[in-house]
Amino acid sequence: MLAFHWPSSRGSQHGATTVACAGAPNAWLRITPDNRIAILAEKPELGQGAWTYSAMMVAEELEADWSTVSVRQAPTIPSIYPGLHTGGSGGVAASFHHLRTVGDQARELLLRAAAAHWRVPRRECSARNGAILHIPSGRVLSFGELACAAARLRPPPLESVRLKPSSEFRYIGRAMPRVDAHGKVTGAARFGIDVRVPGMLYAVIARCPHFGGRLAHFDAAASYRVPGVRMVFPVLPLPRRFNTAGGVAVVAESTWAALQGRAALSVRWHEERPAGEGSEDIHRLAEAGAAGPAIYVAVDRGNARRALRFAASRWQADYESPFQAHATMEPMNATVHVRRESIEVWAPTQFADEIQAEIASLARLAARQVVVHTTFCGGSFGRRYQWDYAAEAWQVAAQLRQPVQLVWTREDDMQHDFYRPYNYQRLCAGLDGSGYPVAWLTRVVTTPIAATNLYTDRVETPERLRDPATIAALEWFGADVTPYAIANCRIDYAPLKSRVPRSWWRGVSSSYTPFAKECFIDELAHRAGRDPLQFRLELLPENESAARRLRAVLQLAARVAGWGSPLPDRHGRGIACRFGSTVHAQVAEVHVLEDGTVRVLRVVGAVDCGLAVNPDGVQATIEGGINFGLTAALCAQITIERGGVAQSNFHDYPVLRLHQAPLIDVHIVPSAESPSGVGELGAMLIAPAVANAVFAATGIRVRRLPIAARELRRNEPRGASQPPPANDRAAVRS
Amino acid sequence: MKPVTLTVNERTVTLRVDPQMPLLWLLRDSLGLTGTKYGCGIGLCGACTVHLDGVAVRSCQVPAESIAGRKVTTIEGLSGDASHPVQRAWIVEQVPQCGYCQSGQIMQAASLLAENPHPTRAQIEAAMSGNLCRCGTYQRIRRAIERAAAGG
Repeated sequence: MLAFHWPSSRGSQHGATTVACAGAPNAWLRITPDNRIAILAEKPELGQGAWTYSAMMVAEELEADWSTVSVRQAPTIPSIYPGLHTGGSGGVAASFHHLRTVGDQARELLLRAAAAHWRVPRRECSARNGAILHIPSGRVLSFGELACAAARLRPPPLESVRLKPSSEFRYIGRAMPRVDAHGKVTGAARFGIDVRVPGMLYAVIARCPHFGGRLAHFDAAASYRVPGVRMVFPVLPLPRRFNTAGGVAVVAESTWAALQGRAALSVRWHEERPAGEGSEDIHRLAEAGAAGPAIYVAVDRGNARRALRFAASRWQADYESPFQAHATMEPMNATVHVRRESIEVWAPTQFADEIQAEIASLARLAARQVVVHTTFCGGSFGRRYQWDYAAEAWQVAAQLRQPVQLVWTREDDMQHDFYRPYNYQRLCAGLDGSGYPVAWLTRVVTTPIAATNLYTDRVETPERLRDPATIAALEWFGADVTPYAIANCRIDYAPLKSRVPRSWWRGVSSSYTPFAKECFIDELAHRAGRDPLQFRLELLPENESAARRLRAVLQLAARVAGWGSPLPDRHGRGIACRFGSTVHAQVAEVHVLEDGTVRVLRVVGAVDCGLAVNPDGVQATIEGGINFGLTAALCAQITIERGGVAQSNFHDYPVLRLHQAPLIDVHIVPSAESPSGVGELGAMLIAPAVANAVFAATGIRVRRLPIAARELRRNEPRGASQPPPANDRAAVRS
Repeated sequence: MKPVTLTVNERTVTLRVDPQMPLLWLLRDSLGLTGTKYGCGIGLCGACTVHLDGVAVRSCQVPAESIAGRKVTTIEGLSGDASHPVQRAWIVEQVPQCGYCQSGQIMQAASLLAENPHPTRAQIEAAMSGNLCRCGTYQRIRRAIERAAAGG
């Protein structure tokens, strides 16, 4: 079969623009004579719709017939595909210019090939729905018929690229169906755990239940009596940047046999003395950290301390959210085949190029000797930005001649995650005589991500990790009050020591900073006797673009949600918003039952994400983010006992279930601005929106997540002799 | 290891397996039917849902020895081409995100509708609350089931 390999340039977001030669395996798209178009998606498909938006962007400028388009994953060759990793809600924005350019250049080649074939001027030809039309004569050639001729032409220069104005878009801006939906409703879609390679074995690892622990002794005699168990051997912990626990690997002919073999294993771990940390220790250290010195001042506008001193009154409150697990439905796994001079890896990953680099460094091979196949990911949410599970699978495979699939059980996954940092925020406002803030101080205290992460040649080096700004960078973002017009603002940061591994979790710090900020604003509104929506609007300056965009989403969400209309007893609405490259507001409506259970009935979201490339994808992603955030707001938390994670499966880390899921309406503000991301967005605001709604329904202020139903029971005694409930405890008048 | 004979997607198969091995691993590792997913191993997430004699069960909780002579249908056997009304509704409503839990969701929904062709919203919630989705596609799952019940 003849294939049209279309090489292209990198988009401007990568700085350099290079044009590779045709025929190289650096194709972004392939058009075959049977008129099929295969688009190679650089971004992995985690559920966020990367394959679909990638195809839409290319197809738009190519003038492709959507029914002929298919998508496959680009190979892990970072010199050709430097954008293989995805995170930070950045995929759409990073791809938008580049992938349209790919489509534009390929269309131009097809036009030139057609013009040459017909011996007519190029300007008499036009591309339409998968074919080139010669306008004066009405002759038509399909892309497939032109593919071979077009492949022989030189790519047009980048200067000739003329991208369409948004008014001419046929695919972008329309709700396009997901290209991966068919495989995902028939069971055909292959995830990492579904990889089946001839001769493959299965492995699990027994890991130390407390972080930093080491293997003391193991006896595998009983494991070897399990039919199908082939090998049992120790696996050493890898250096810090891998953060693997080490332990004992059990290799078998089936996953079940490996699990049985592990259950039969006798293992002893070195105990930590004194016993390892617990959640209470971390909480105590955090309270001290909230009052102690900061290592970094992130925002310092005006003079917040002075303004606080001279304010008419003050209000202070502490907010706390626990460690959280990613709990992807597909637990961690990777399949590795170590050969003499090469290694083949199949992994569900957000970061295939890092896995390639890390395994190459472990095996002392060149990166090109490590072939990494990226599979579909059964959820990711930041977890698959780590490479520990692939490194472990390599450790096991290095002892074998066959390929081996390392599977983590749910318990392994829950107890050896890289958790969303524990965080504690102390907010203090100085108020004027009418109750409006003139000074705002936030102390953010967390177990920082940077201390347990280290990338090869990328973001962090040991030197940078000693830099307070690097440590604080991932922790405080989202705490700044802009565009609220508060003249004096200081946001500073203090780290906490902990052995618990941490990493990105959907929204990173913006998964918890809006909880404190938007609830505290709500507190100030109620104290000032103002409606929380009006109070926010009054804090937004009139003639500022950021404030205008935020006001628009606040008003849209409020209007659709029926803000201000009466509700039954113990029902309430809460609002929250955030400003970033994407601007978002949410209104949650809750019913707090007599026993304190919070039922979230409805959530209205309004979003300004620039041009919504796939509006249905935007809505689906925000709906998903809201449900994801509701698990953390209402249901689940990770606690630490004796240096390890107390939870192990969905019985004690109860993820939101269907009967708890609210109705959700997501409204998109029409915009022709460049697109911005929504992957993490929904998860950022649902906790403050719900907590504010709970206050509206009950008068009880939630300052700690997940929301504790027992503190919201009707007629819970709260007399002076009673200790105040924990949700209210942090409030002090200063 | 003991021989077990059962029918999977209308094919009769005989396998020599550990009698205690859950149906989940028999399907995935012995038969290569990887559409049925592992999620928790303790019957709490529903990712491994298949039909046993037409009824939704958690295959991680069904030992191989208990299914001799019985009829198993997996997502691969629901229809070869996504033509089952539940699958069609799933595509119309654009339910899947990561897609990992969807085999189990679809098998659970198909079982519900086979038993109760016109469920109320409360009945849908009761039937589907054992199936977790971490991407949060619940709102679309509800809509897709209502669509399938209404005939597409």
